[in-house]
Amino acid sequence: MTDKANVLAVEGIGKSFVGFKALDGVDFSIRAGEVHALLGENGAGKSTLIKVLTGVHQPDAGVISLDGQPVHVRDTHHAQSLGIGTVYQEVNLLPNMSVADNLFIGRQPTRYGFIDRRLMERRAREVLAQYDLHLDVASDLSRYSVAIQQLVAIARAVDMSGRILILDEPTASLDRHEVEILFAMIRRLKARGLGIVFITHFLDQVYEVCDHVTVLRNGKLAGSAPTSELPKLDLVKMMLGRTLAVATHGDRRHRPPPEERQLSFKGVGRSRSIAPFDLDIGEGEVIGMAGLLGSGRTETAKLLFGIDAADKGEAWIDGRAVRIRTPQDAVALGFGLCPEDRKSDGIIGDLSIRENIALALQAHRGWFNRLPKREQTAMADRFVKALDIRTTDIEKPVKLLSGGNQQKVILARWLATNPRFLILDEPTRGIDVGAHAEIITLINELCDKGLALLVISSEIDEIVAYSNRVVVLRDRTHLGELSGDEITTSNIMQMIATETGEVPA
Amino acid sequence: MNTRLLPLYATLLICLIAYAACLIQFPAMFSTRVAGNLLTDNAFLGIAAVGMTFVILSGGIDLSVGSVIAFTGVLLAVLITQHGVHPLVAFAVALAITTAFGAAMGIIIHYLQVPAFIVTLAGMFLARGMCFVMTTDSIPIDHPFYAALQGVFYRLPGGGRLTFIGCLMVAVFVVGMIIAHFSKFGSYIYAIGGNRSSAELMGVPVARTTIGIYAMSGFLSGLSGIVFSLYTSAGYSLATVGVELDAIAAVVIGGTLLTGGVGYVAGTFVGVIIQGLIQTYIVFDGTLSSWWTKIVVGVLLFSFIGLQRVLVVLSLRRSAAPTGG
Repeated sequence: MTDKANVLAVEGIGKSFVGFKALDGVDFSIRAGEVHALLGENGAGKSTLIKVLTGVHQPDAGVISLDGQPVHVRDTHHAQSLGIGTVYQEVNLLPNMSVADNLFIGRQPTRYGFIDRRLMERRAREVLAQYDLHLDVASDLSRYSVAIQQLVAIARAVDMSGRILILDEPTASLDRHEVEILFAMIRRLKARGLGIVFITHFLDQVYEVCDHVTVLRNGKLAGSAPTSELPKLDLVKMMLGRTLAVATHGDRRHRPPPEERQLSFKGVGRSRSIAPFDLDIGEGEVIGMAGLLGSGRTETAKLLFGIDAADKGEAWIDGRAVRIRTPQDAVALGFGLCPEDRKSDGIIGDLSIRENIALALQAHRGWFNRLPKREQTAMADRFVKALDIRTTDIEKPVKLLSGGNQQKVILARWLATNPRFLILDEPTRGIDVGAHAEIITLINELCDKGLALLVISSEIDEIVAYSNRVVVLRDRTHLGELSGDEITTSNIMQMIATETGEVPA
Repeated sequence: MNTRLLPLYATLLICLIAYAACLIQFPAMFSTRVAGNLLTDNAFLGIAAVGMTFVILSGGIDLSVGSVIAFTGVLLAVLITQHGVHPLVAFAVALAITTAFGAAMGIIIHYLQVPAFIVTLAGMFLARGMCFVMTTDSIPIDHPFYAALQGVFYRLPGGGRLTFIGCLMVAVFVVGMIIAHFSKFGSYIYAIGGNRSSAELMGVPVARTTIGIYAMSGFLSGLSGIVFSLYTSAGYSLATVGVELDAIAAVVIGGTLLTGGVGYVAGTFVGVIIQGLIQTYIVFDGTLSSWWTKIVVGVLLFSFIGLQRVLVVLSLRRSAAPTGG
């Protein structure tokens, strides 16, 4: 820690939100001329840490020091003036204004009280020339690709702050070539002595461009090491943090795969989202989908369910070619999807349990064919019993239920439509441990009833517990499939971590 | 070519075609007299529309404009005829009140995060109601200063009159263009209209700018009220009902995106002139109902909104598939 001075260091940072510890005694430091990767699954505390560094949140405990001097970062403007610049995942620029405006807005050079456009555009060209970017600075930013916009955002942040640059998932919406351009810029800035914090989900990128890795898990520091001393498998273990407990798996796994897998997807893919993949699922089968966040799990689900239209590939059901272009198509084919983000995509909090359960079936029946309330009540009662939804009353608003019970309500909604294929995206996220086991039991029961299930989860132990086959993803590519006795926690982790060098187009 | 300029060119083209069509039917419309009247008759609308342009560029809306114009007219009439105040003093009082009124709406919109639509709707009722509190009659203004201002004009070759209020409108448009394209305030307006949260992150003073935008719209509504009062020599509570909608129509026909961020003050000028041209045509024809103005404006609005959607979709498609997409 002493060989090269830390530009920015935080020690023992803690931050709580109403009873929830987002950060708990985290240490983190960055040196000049270093690219430092900050990793962790969703909710690990990465974004909270960034927000503390940039003054959006004030820490409850701990010290932030800049060049060894403790500082108190008041707000984002103060952070900028201290030399900490941030570029967010979603490019935060103004596409309706010119490149030069975007570089200088808020600090445009003026002459006699008016903006001196000529000077501003000349300075803009100078700033961009440092990165070998030669754009028409007077034309609208929207004319340029997302990658170029990202570079302009970085150029702006560096020009304004210039000591520490925080890049929050800058590569999330870039293709391989664009990532290369971005990395070239990062290396250039590193050579200039900037400290760069790089947040990403792509492990290959970590090894490609970063010098040091810090991993957060559940708001705590999970580990920190130079990239060169940290094999990928150890990194994955650090991120997922499983104790590799042997999961108890039943006979389910040994059930022979159905001779005919009725649902079959061939070469389905979408550029900038997920590389083409094949997937076959039969009735009574559970396919687990494992991979780190951002590996293309949710993207796969979205393609299968028609939320994103696939731009290549075909789908076959019962040997018949079908087209799934919208979620309506998918529902008509008997598909169901329980999304990852329950709160924003799944439940409608103010509606009652009965109404939430009836929703999908009602949509199925059309506008004018209203489901009689008596039937709705009977249906809700049946599912409340069948899925063991704990509530005092089926007329209770869903937002008052616990996470696990909300999850069951969504599940009930789809089960009411009598689906043949159900996609569960992170069914156990954010629910308490006891409810985990119940959801797993439920998955097993559904499978016994002949449903085809695709379950996406970061909990590898759980995937091992219920899957007949496991598909492993990394970097938006389906790497391969494990079945039978191959399905073990360590095999899955190994597969996530292995080097392939192959990258999605 | 910059697709952003396309609506502006389209508006200009429509304006020229419309004028040419008018000329073929009524060659008498080719005169400085018609041109001069076009400016004079639409002066109050044009001035209000400049304020509306800034509001819409920032992604907002101001529905209080028509009521504020009427309020200003009534206030001036009451002050001048019943209290013996000199018109210039009355003008200053009216502008101060309307600017403060606009700023207050801006404060509510920004700090209480209430949609501009609702806040200015309330402002619309409030201003209109205040008219009736002052008087329910139509009060004629008969003051030597008014007569003097109305007598100021430049006689164009061919008999047209370039009146004081016509020139004032043109001046307001010129100042508006300078603010929009050469001041920091103008760039902040475009920034907020483009993406409010990005603008905030990039250090644009969003609060100050939002309040400034509505204050400016209030000021220009007041100025428009003064012009309207000079134009009609009276103050009447029920005057200029729905002028805000004419102003919005002029702004949209002028090529400004209703969602904000894109547009030109110059386009609004052409939008105002097109509306005036239709009215002039109806006057020349003599048999058409004046409601035809509304019908034509409606059709134009529909086609411009359609054109804007097409352009937005096209530009999205282009930016979605740049590199190897």
